[in-house]
Amino acid sequence: MPPKGRIEVNEDLCKGCELCVMNCPQEVIALNMERMTKRGYHPAELAKPGCTGCGICATMCPEAAITVYREVIQKPA
Amino acid sequence: MTVPELDSEQVAVYQRPDALSDTNTHYCPGCTHGVAHRLIAEVVDEMGLRERMIGVASVGCSVFAYNYFDFDFVQSPHGRAPAMATGIKRVLPDRIVLTYQGDGDLASIGMAEVVHAAARGENITCIFINNTNYGMTGGQMAPTTLPGQKTTSSPNGRDVEVNGYPIRTAELLSKLDGASYVVRRSLHDPKNIRLAKKAIRTAFEVQKRGLGFSMVELLSICPTNWGMTPRQAIQWLEEKMIPFYALGDYKVNPSVADIKI
Ligand SMILES: Cc1ncc(C[n+]2csc(CCOP(=O)(O)OP(=O)(O)O)c2C)c(N)n1
Ligand code: SF4
Ligand code: SF4
Ligand code: SF4
Repeated sequence: MPPKGRIEVNEDLCKGCELCVMNCPQEVIALNMERMTKRGYHPAELAKPGCTGCGICATMCPEAAITVYREVIQKPA
Repeated sequence: MTVPELDSEQVAVYQRPDALSDTNTHYCPGCTHGVAHRLIAEVVDEMGLRERMIGVASVGCSVFAYNYFDFDFVQSPHGRAPAMATGIKRVLPDRIVLTYQGDGDLASIGMAEVVHAAARGENITCIFINNTNYGMTGGQMAPTTLPGQKTTSSPNGRDVEVNGYPIRTAELLSKLDGASYVVRRSLHDPKNIRLAKKAIRTAFEVQKRGLGFSMVELLSICPTNWGMTPRQAIQWLEEKMIPFYALGDYKVNPSVADIKI
């Protein structure tokens, strides 16, 4: 099973450019069209489960708005 | 929808680099000036150079770069960043000195400065953003504008009979003996962004070892002046710019082989 991950998007920085959305290999990021940031952009967010914490979205983000978390795989005792 | 939090133990595997200040940039959505900034900041953090860096911002959309990096920065008149960087580096040889310039700045009004800095083998690094136009002033034709490309000052497309041919800066500077590391990379996808970061790292290592002039040319998008969405602009870069501006290493000092990253 691929590792589980999660991203957090800093909405003060995100400009809704979709460079993360178009590059996520799991296709789990989307812009939230129902919300707007205080600067007037639709922010990117995790829209479904399946993030692996690969960090590709953060590699693309021009605003360095994404923090990526990945689960720690416990080694068998 | 709300995505459930992970229940397992988790660690942050990517965080905003410390060498970027917490400021929101004025760049347009999707503009890869932001990616170039982030890569420079990541490399500065990884090399532990924050206290030693001095950046020289230029004139263009990146004129406010000094607000976005959390290390020393000055701002130079249009095209003069390599001259200013020369002075700084000669007075403070222990610092790592970087210029950050667009194609109007570096390849047009500032062409003489960068050519002579490279010819003198100045121990500085130029980060050169090639987005095929003058972004800040409204998308006019630059020396890098492709043949046939429409801009606000070439509304019928660049006519090489009238406007001449675009300049391939990396190739040109690579012919100078003082140049040590001259490469072209692109910021259009994750793989190429990683290669761009490695090139910036190598350029700083070249400077740290006193090997002479280094320049990293980065193909970049300007969705606003190209009249495209960021998504379309990425595709345009890949389809139109890369065939003309071939990615690769144009000058690599043999000592660079000793640099292990
Ligand atoms: C001496 C001088 N001439 C002209 C200008 C006007 N000017 C400001 S930015 C710019 C071009 C910048 O384009 P580029 O270097 O490609 O950077 P970009 O904005 O695309 O990032 C020009 C011509 C100026 N500020 N100073
Ligand atoms: S970390 Fe990888 S899988 Fe998760 S959202 Fe980002 S690109 Fe998609
Ligand atoms: S790449 Fe960054 S700025 Fe663009 S939509 Fe994604 S999180 Fe927002
Ligand atoms: S005008 Fe072009 S280069 Fe300038 S910030 Fe906007 S997209 Fe970037």
